[in-house]
Amino acid sequence: MVNQDKPFSFAPIKKMLSTSALTFAYPNGTPFVFPDLNVAANEAVLVLGNSGTGKTTLLHLLAGLMNPTGGTIELDGTELATLNGSARDRFRGKNIGLVFQQSQFIRSISVLENLRLARSLAGLSQDDSLAESLLTELGISERKNAKPNELSIGERQRAAIARALVTKPKIVLADEPTSALDDENCEAVAALFERTVKGHGAALVIVTHDQRLKNRFQNSVSI
Amino acid sequence: MRMLQLAYANLKEHFLSTILSVMLLGIGVGMVSFIVTVSEQLNDRFNRDIRGIDMVVGAKGSPLQLILSAVYQIDNPTGNIPLAEVNKLKRHPLIKYSIPLSYGDSYQGFRIVGTDSLYLSHYKATFSKGEVWSNSMDVVLGSSSAEKLNLKMGSHFHGNHGFDEEGHAHEESHYNVVGILNPTGTVADRLILTSTESVWDIHNHDEAEHAHGGEHSHEVEEETGEITALLVKFKSPMGIMQIPRMVNEKTSMQAALPAIEINRLYSLMGVGFTTLQIIGMVIMCIAALSVFISLLNSLKERKYELALMRSLGASPFKLFGLIVQESLLLCLAGYILGIILGRVGIMLLSSFGEDQFQFSVSQNSIADVEIWLLPLTLCIGFVAAVIPAIRAYRSDISSVLRNE
Repeated sequence: MVNQDKPFSFAPIKKMLSTSALTFAYPNGTPFVFPDLNVAANEAVLVLGNSGTGKTTLLHLLAGLMNPTGGTIELDGTELATLNGSARDRFRGKNIGLVFQQSQFIRSISVLENLRLARSLAGLSQDDSLAESLLTELGISERKNAKPNELSIGERQRAAIARALVTKPKIVLADEPTSALDDENCEAVAALFERTVKGHGAALVIVTHDQRLKNRFQNSVSI
Repeated sequence: MRMLQLAYANLKEHFLSTILSVMLLGIGVGMVSFIVTVSEQLNDRFNRDIRGIDMVVGAKGSPLQLILSAVYQIDNPTGNIPLAEVNKLKRHPLIKYSIPLSYGDSYQGFRIVGTDSLYLSHYKATFSKGEVWSNSMDVVLGSSSAEKLNLKMGSHFHGNHGFDEEGHAHEESHYNVVGILNPTGTVADRLILTSTESVWDIHNHDEAEHAHGGEHSHEVEEETGEITALLVKFKSPMGIMQIPRMVNEKTSMQAALPAIEINRLYSLMGVGFTTLQIIGMVIMCIAALSVFISLLNSLKERKYELALMRSLGASPFKLFGLIVQESLLLCLAGYILGIILGRVGIMLLSSFGEDQFQFSVSQNSIADVEIWLLPLTLCIGFVAAVIPAIRAYRSDISSVLRNE
């Protein structure tokens, strides 16, 4: 299962995320054993793998949405396993930005309000100027008052990136962010990811089977 | 971005099911508040008017009709009774006091009742202007009669025979207003009161002019005269045991006990009130079910949104709170709609009832029922939200996000 033909290790400036000997097993399922990850601020790592290799599982473990069977995850010096219940939810809201394959939003409120909600759920005060500058940076500022359903897929994915960054997270985790996009949009979103995430000093982990991303990100690990 | 704002946005997003739930709740709350207010006020009104009246004596006929006509002045009299018999009864030692009533005429729908000043003291009426009648044809106006008829001290008017405005006018003689009463909250407010002699005089006059015999002819002499009814207060409960039976068996008159007749009336009306109240409660239960179902449906639709909120840092309890707030918001809207509907209903009934039965329901202050319906409605909202909220609380975000 483990394919570590591209082991990587480097000296990060500041270690944001590191895992060691991470394993997970679904009830009655094959256990997953994940390679160790070390990601620094301003660094992007691509986790490549085909369907069924546990990519999303890994992402959920990193986000603290599930507990690993074994091994540890350390996020900016905090071990996830030490946080329970609401404390973990709060920690996730503040420190982790998540971007999902099909970017989901709260349908009843506008894009800008979705960004506000992200900040308030993370326990942060409102910062509309940050939200608006992110939307401008991602080229969808004129769509800020639109409802999520009114956006195109590409716009939605960009809005999802803005939401992931609006809490100034230490790490951004993205699950197949480009799989629903055509080549042109895929390239654009990947470039935005790289530029904005790094620009905001966060570490970036993208799990994907999208081979198109390989060319853009040098650091990659296959599972 | 507060949870309450989000709850509001979510309700707006599901506009139709929100409207359905709010309307159901509103109708339920409105019906219950309407029925309870009307029956309470009716009760209160009826009780205030019969307070202190132990027995009513009048012509034979329906006892309920006698009570309704003599005490509440809302039905036609059963006929007249001879003063000779009345005077004999009045001397009975168990009777504390008795008040004679002679009625049958009206002015623009307001009844003219001939009585004596005991009637005023019985209903604790005080004068805002003027004083009690001293001459025949002097009248004292109840507070709402004075206001509605727009009559002042010293005004003159002609009465009509009978209770509808089409009755022929007694044009030969006119009444003079010599007093106006303060509001008493009783039947006295909506009457035109005068002396028994005035009523006799006007009908004798009529008789002389038109040779108009029949039920309303009176003789001036006490012993051959007639009145319409007598309100009686006993000295002791012994009176109730003896006198009604004696009157019914030994005289041409009938005695009716207001307490018994009104209880009978209540039990007749009560069935209707209870039925309506149950219907209102059932509608509220259906509304609760509707709130429950619409929350559960929206939850299925929104399970990804809820998981997303968890991934953004919301605690499970926050999601629980969101669902509860949505439900409470909905129920609050339903409650407000219901109170408005209830009050509109009461206003309509009041304007209709005032014309038809001289019964008006006043609603200036907040009724008790409106106060206790609020926690009840919110309770319904909470109960309807509990199961959906627990589901939201327990949702396994990881599996929801994976099976998108």
